[in-house]
Amino acid sequence: MGVEGIGARVVRKEDKRFITGKGRYVDDIKLTGMTHAYFIRSPHAHAKVKKIDSSAALKMPGVVAVLTGQQLVDDKVGNLICGWAITSKDGSPMKMGAWPAMAPETVRFVGQAIAVVIAESKNLARDAAEAVVVDYEELPAVADMHAAIKPGAPQLHPEAPGNQVYDWVIGDEGAVNAAFSKAANVVKLDVTNNRLAPNAMEPRAAIADYDTAEEHFTLYTTSQNPHVARLVLSAFYNIAPEHKLRVIAPDVGGGFGSKIFIYPEEMVALWASKKVGRPVKWTGDRTEAFLTDAHGRDHITHAEMAFDANNKIIGLKVKTYANFGAYMSLFSSSVPTYLYATLLSGQYNIPAIHAEVIGVYTNTTPVDAYRGAGRPEASYLIERLMETAARQLNVDPAQLRRTNFITQFPHQTPVIMAYDTGDFNASLDAAMKAIDYAGFPARKAKAKADGKLRGIGVSCYIEACGIAPSKAVGSLGAGVGLWESAEVRVNPVGTIEILTGSHSHGQGHETTFCQLVAERLGVPISQVSIVHGDTDKVQFGMGTYGSRSAAVGLTAILKAMEKMESKAKKIAAHALEASEADIVIENGEFKVTGTDKAIALPMVALAAYTAHNLPDGMEPGLKESAFYDPTNFTFPAGAYICELEVDPGTGKTSFVNFVAADDFGRLINPMIVEGQVHGGLVQGIGQALLEHAIYDANGQPVTASFMDYAMPRADDVPSFNLSHTTTLCPGNPLGIKGCGEAGAIGASAAVINAITDAIGKNNLEMPATPDRVWRTIHAA
Amino acid sequence: MSTVKLTVNGKAVAVDVEDRTLLVQLLRDHLNLTGTHVGCDTSQCGACVVHMDGRAVKSCTMLAGQADGASVTTIEGIAKGDELHPMQAAFRDNHGLQCGYCTPGMIMSAIDIVHRHGGQLDEATVRTELEGNICRCTGYHNIVKAVLDAAGRMKVSQAAE
Repeated sequence: MGVEGIGARVVRKEDKRFITGKGRYVDDIKLTGMTHAYFIRSPHAHAKVKKIDSSAALKMPGVVAVLTGQQLVDDKVGNLICGWAITSKDGSPMKMGAWPAMAPETVRFVGQAIAVVIAESKNLARDAAEAVVVDYEELPAVADMHAAIKPGAPQLHPEAPGNQVYDWVIGDEGAVNAAFSKAANVVKLDVTNNRLAPNAMEPRAAIADYDTAEEHFTLYTTSQNPHVARLVLSAFYNIAPEHKLRVIAPDVGGGFGSKIFIYPEEMVALWASKKVGRPVKWTGDRTEAFLTDAHGRDHITHAEMAFDANNKIIGLKVKTYANFGAYMSLFSSSVPTYLYATLLSGQYNIPAIHAEVIGVYTNTTPVDAYRGAGRPEASYLIERLMETAARQLNVDPAQLRRTNFITQFPHQTPVIMAYDTGDFNASLDAAMKAIDYAGFPARKAKAKADGKLRGIGVSCYIEACGIAPSKAVGSLGAGVGLWESAEVRVNPVGTIEILTGSHSHGQGHETTFCQLVAERLGVPISQVSIVHGDTDKVQFGMGTYGSRSAAVGLTAILKAMEKMESKAKKIAAHALEASEADIVIENGEFKVTGTDKAIALPMVALAAYTAHNLPDGMEPGLKESAFYDPTNFTFPAGAYICELEVDPGTGKTSFVNFVAADDFGRLINPMIVEGQVHGGLVQGIGQALLEHAIYDANGQPVTASFMDYAMPRADDVPSFNLSHTTTLCPGNPLGIKGCGEAGAIGASAAVINAITDAIGKNNLEMPATPDRVWRTIHAA
Repeated sequence: MSTVKLTVNGKAVAVDVEDRTLLVQLLRDHLNLTGTHVGCDTSQCGACVVHMDGRAVKSCTMLAGQADGASVTTIEGIAKGDELHPMQAAFRDNHGLQCGYCTPGMIMSAIDIVHRHGGQLDEATVRTELEGNICRCTGYHNIVKAVLDAAGRMKVSQAAE
């Protein structure tokens, strides 16, 4: 490892612009002649749009246009799509209700756009929006999943009778029933996985610019995957052919999944920019984010786990209801199915698993992938079950886990996944040592003497990341391949540009990706630039989500680097009159091994571009590209242990210690990895203690601002004690598993297990607010 | 319309704005100082924090007119040329930022916290004082580290002056 190579704690290159106020986010961009959009949104959860009267608004100062959903239909702009086809157990396809970018007839959640005002300033657009008179006919609405599937419930989509999206199953039901029939013990649990609002700090925004002469669109947008945005906007929404649409995702202020999807607002901005012949900017406010950014989680699950007399798990059955909201968002269908049920084996040897997942429409904001996406729901369920089982079977929770850990790899679970490697005992050992698990009973006794209820909770999570082998996901219904692409350009002066389809919105790619180059060539990272987030610069890419950028994106860069190095070695060998096999790369030089003969990288690069003296038949230039398709998912795993105290008088929870021992395979930059874990942990803790996107029975959102939705603040959470155990991922040459989602996947179960341990009652739902904890303590 | 006269990052400016213009809009839209961000509409997130006459204020929660005659410092105005403010350097060195969106407000609040508490800062105080700044990326761990680190650096640089 060099000072800037793989494994070094390199301070981030991108930080200078962020700490000096020079970041360039979408809302920071101004174009000449730019207009501003303000959307008119439904105040009703379910209603017919009878009439839109914009005559008064059109007369107001600075108003350029008022555009409606019917005009979108007239212009043949396509409806929003869901890109992952799921088949129900009866063989029928999922039931996708039509989702127009602005509703021409029916609105199905509060905040759904029906029209847009385009004006000279945002304030003028907002003023005019208030003068647009919309005549609604209110319809009965349903926000609760159980209510939505009852006979007689208000129906959202004619395409989906009974408000059912699908009824999907996985696993061998016969084998599970056989296991339960011979079980020594059965543990049952009902859990709710609370609905969350992602809340990246930068609200979504879009600027669309149509060039009438070239018939070409440029879209600046807050996207985690600009190429996917271009593909979808072009192929499905009929906005423009791909070569006439450039999508730029500049600095993006966090995503957590919510900026994967292509939303109505950027579609409308593009279409409107052509309609009005000027650039159109839309920047959402926080309330719009709560109303329209895809939410996360929202499952209701009943699960049963069967044990034999030796406390070995012999079967697991799960039935989950998953709330989709009013429409199927881009990847929503995959989240409670292939990203959830395929992880239900956890870290454990479970010979038989069966899961049924019923997708449900409600009059709420659409739900899609949010940090972890399905895997937090699976991990929470399994780890709550393990803790519940340990209490019921009267064994130590850590020991029950050890009794059931998978220890032989590769391991084929009954739910598709083939775990490649891991050492679950090692991470549990590390976490138990870090928190002094053995000393807990004494600490609990001391806390009791002080009038506090102290608890400890374990969570051993596993996730499937490095998303994903294209052939595998294609066979499961995905509409896209999930490879990544990269290009390495060595300039004639020897500086290097790496073009990647991954997108950094906080992950630090501009640093970590350079570290690979430093490792291989021995050049300083200051000589390397990372280019991303612009479909005109980078040919294609699948973007950043699913902890895939290092495992998949960086591996693509490695493949391109290998091709470039191979050509550079030929040039060096030719120049040094040596054999190509004798050339090694060290400290930015190509050396003939065992001699003092060497040529520096800039001279090799210059030779490649002057082409005065290249080997016979070699093309000039030094630029290579690669597409890398992973061979398997990767399987980050680890053990989290939370120790906390509950005040029985108030129900308030206070952290004592939180330790995390993760196995991410090889770490490129441990400092950045730790930052990813910290952030993920707080999102998991936020879910456990604070966050809940709530609707009333009529579908009115109750939590649509930071005054109503409890975001984790600095004084709500502790500092963390992190460590790493390492088994290298055999599926990619760098041995990387990915670290972006682990914290959010593993943390919430550790917190709830600790609180339920402290209060001695097992039934506690998230978020475990003081009120809820107090009521649980004092419940009969 | 009114003319608002104020000093921004040491430079006197006069700006004609609609009366309803917020200070953050004056900074971002009229002066192109886009380092100050808007993350919410309820004065909760702190992405918009700037200093007015030496005090941290949420620039989304006051009218531009209220800053008439005041001296405003934004994230763009705290470094001395190429030399970063110790708080900026501490955020970088401690990996106290990821997406960068909350960072300007965090840094401006953190400088104010150090000024108000002098050398008496500990982790609990920093966490309590940061209550008005929301970060979704870092989990606050490294932000707290950065503020404590900078508190030490600022004491040293003050002593040197």
